[in-house]
Amino acid sequence: MERTGHHPQLAEHFNRDEPRVNWHDETLWFIRSKRDKIANTIPEWEELREIASQLKNNVLSNLSEYLIAFEKNATRNGVNVHWAADAKEHNEIVHSILQKHGVTKMVKSKSMLTEECHMNEYLEAHGVEVIDSDLGESIVQLAKEPPSHIVLPCIHWKKEEIGELFQKHLGTPAGNADPQFLTNAARLHLREKFLTRKVALTGVNFAIAETGEFVVCTNEGNADMGVHLADVHIASMGIEKIIPQRKHLGVFLRLLARSATGQPVTAYSSHFKKPRIGQEMHIVIVDNGRSRQLGRKEFRNSLKCIRCAACFNTCPVYRRSGGHSYHTAIAGPIGSILAPNLDMKQYADLPFASTLCGSCSNVCPVKIDIHDQLYKWRQVLVKEGYVPAAKKVAMKGMNNILSKPSLYRTAGKTGRWFLNHLPFFVKNKFNPWYKQREMPEAPKQSFGEWYRKRKV
Amino acid sequence: MSSREKILSTIKNNQPEFAEVPEIKKFAPFFNDACEKFVEVFKSVGGKPFVVKTQEEIILLIHEHFPDAKRIVSSCKEISSIADDYTITDDPHSFENVDLFVIESKLAVAENGAVWINDNDIMIRALPFIAAHLAVIIHKQNIAATMHDAYNKIADMEYGFATFISGPSKTADIEQALVLGAHGPKTMTAFILND
Ligand code: SF4
Repeated sequence: MERTGHHPQLAEHFNRDEPRVNWHDETLWFIRSKRDKIANTIPEWEELREIASQLKNNVLSNLSEYLIAFEKNATRNGVNVHWAADAKEHNEIVHSILQKHGVTKMVKSKSMLTEECHMNEYLEAHGVEVIDSDLGESIVQLAKEPPSHIVLPCIHWKKEEIGELFQKHLGTPAGNADPQFLTNAARLHLREKFLTRKVALTGVNFAIAETGEFVVCTNEGNADMGVHLADVHIASMGIEKIIPQRKHLGVFLRLLARSATGQPVTAYSSHFKKPRIGQEMHIVIVDNGRSRQLGRKEFRNSLKCIRCAACFNTCPVYRRSGGHSYHTAIAGPIGSILAPNLDMKQYADLPFASTLCGSCSNVCPVKIDIHDQLYKWRQVLVKEGYVPAAKKVAMKGMNNILSKPSLYRTAGKTGRWFLNHLPFFVKNKFNPWYKQREMPEAPKQSFGEWYRKRKV
Repeated sequence: MSSREKILSTIKNNQPEFAEVPEIKKFAPFFNDACEKFVEVFKSVGGKPFVVKTQEEIILLIHEHFPDAKRIVSSCKEISSIADDYTITDDPHSFENVDLFVIESKLAVAENGAVWINDNDIMIRALPFIAAHLAVIIHKQNIAATMHDAYNKIADMEYGFATFISGPSKTADIEQALVLGAHGPKTMTAFILND
C-alpha cells in the first residue's frame, strides 16, 4: 500500500470513487448511530464518561507509581515484565523471546501498538512469520495493507473484493462473497494456526496496577484461542493502559463496546493474571513517545484514549477520506493528535484533517477535548514552520472562524449560515475540504445544540 | 540508564499534579428485573437463554438442541450423566473436537448478558473457546444488575485467568454483516435455574 503523500492528496485519491466514499461514509455513520442508541439507554451515561475521564486524570497524574506497582504485582504473579523505550526496542524484545524458544511462527490478535511499532515487518525481515488472527486484520494482512480503522480494520473493503482475496489466498470458490461463508473459511484456515503455533501475542486494553493483571477485549475470541493453546503468551501494552483497581473495569467496560460498536460489551473480556501451568507469560511495556506527550500540557489528555474509535465513526473527514489517508497506524481524530508527537514534520498535515466540528469530543467516552487539541496542534505547527503553504492561505482565507474553539459554538452557527446562504464562500478551491466533493448539507442544528436541547 | 529507569524518570518529571481517584457512586439499575433483563440482552447478543426449574430439564434441552453432539465435556454435577469429565492436566489441544462444553457460572450480568468464568472452575482455559458450542448454567439469584455490582463481588477474587463471556464468538468485519462463530463457539446457551 502506498502511504506516500499527505492527507489532502491521499483523501483526493480515496474520493475518486464517489459511490464508494458514500458507502464508506454511511457504514460508519450506521455504527455511530448504534452507539447513540445504546448510550441513550443508560441514564448515567454522562456520569460514567465523567468518572472515566477523572479516573484517567488520576492515572496520568500518578503513572510512574502505578507502573511500578503493576510491574511488582505482575512479577509476583509469575509474569516477565519488559520495558521498551521505543518501537525498535519493543520489536527486539519480542524477537528475542521468539529466538529463545527457537520459534519462527507466531499468531497475533489485534494490537494497534504492534502496528505503531511496525512489528510484523520487523519480524518478517528476521525470518518470523506473523499470522494476524482477527478476521479484519487477516483480510488486510492478506492484501498487504495496514488496517484502516482501529476497531474495524477492513471497513474500506467490499465483500466481493474479500471473496476474490480469499479465492486467491485460501482457495474459496470464485464469486462467493457471502460473509457467513467467508468467515467460516477464515475460521478453518486460522484454526490450524491456533493449534500449531507455540507463541501468541496479544494487545492489552487495560492493565490493573493493584493486581498486576491485564484485560483483553475481543468479539471473535481470537486472542483467547491463540494464547490458551500456546506455550508462550506475549502481551504488548502502552504505558497509558494502566488503571488503578479491578473494580474500575466496571466503568471502562460499560463504556468501551457501547462507544465502539453499540454492543453492550464485547463477547470476551478476558482477565490474564498468571500464566497457566507450564506456560510462560511476558508483558512488554512500551513508551515510544508517550512519556514525552505526557509532558506536553496541551496534548497529554490524548493519552486517556481507550481506543474505542467513536471519534473515527463520527468524524465527517474520516468518514469521507478513509483511514489510509492519515498515513499513520492510528488514523482519525485521535490519531491526528498522537502522530505529530512522534514526528511533527511527517504528520504536520493531520491536525488540519478536521472541520473542528467537535463531534469527536462529544462522543469520546473519556471526554478528551479532541477538537481543541487539534486546533492547538495547528498553532504549534504553524509556529514551528511545518505547515504547507496552500494550507496557510486557505486557513487565513476562511478558516479563521472555524478554527477558533473559543468561538466554536458561534462559529458552528456561522458556518452553517455560510453553507446555506453563501455556498461559494465555502465551496471554493481555497478550502481544502471542497476539492472534488460537495460540502455536506448543513444540519439544522449542530450535535452540541441538539444535545443541549435534549438534556433540558 | 536502562530503558525502565529512563521511561519511569521521564514519566515522573512529566506527569501532572496529583488528581484524586474519583468515587464510583451507586447507580440504580435502569431496569426492574435482573433475570428478565439478562434474558433480553443475552438474546440480543446472539445467545439462547432458557429459564428452567430442574436439572432434568437441562438434560432434556441439551438432547433436544444438540442431538448430534458426539463429545460433551463438563465438570458440572448437574449433567454428569451425559458428559465426560476432565482434569487440569489434560492437554488443551485434545479438546479440539469438543462439540459442547457445559460450565456453571456463579456470576452473570443483566445489563450486558455476560457470564463470569474463571480458571478455578474451568481448569482448562481453552475450553470455553475451543468448543464448537458453549452452554452455561446460572442460578437466578447469581445475576447481578450491572458491571459495578459484578465487580463489587469479584474485586478481591483470586484467579489466574477469568473472563466475561457475552454470547457466542462473533464478527462483523465483512461489511458489518453479523456472523456468529468467528473463532470460538458458534452458539452460546444459558440455562437459568429458577429453583
Ligand atoms: S479519543 Fe476518545 S473517542 Fe477517540 S478512540 Fe480514543 S477514547 Fe475513543
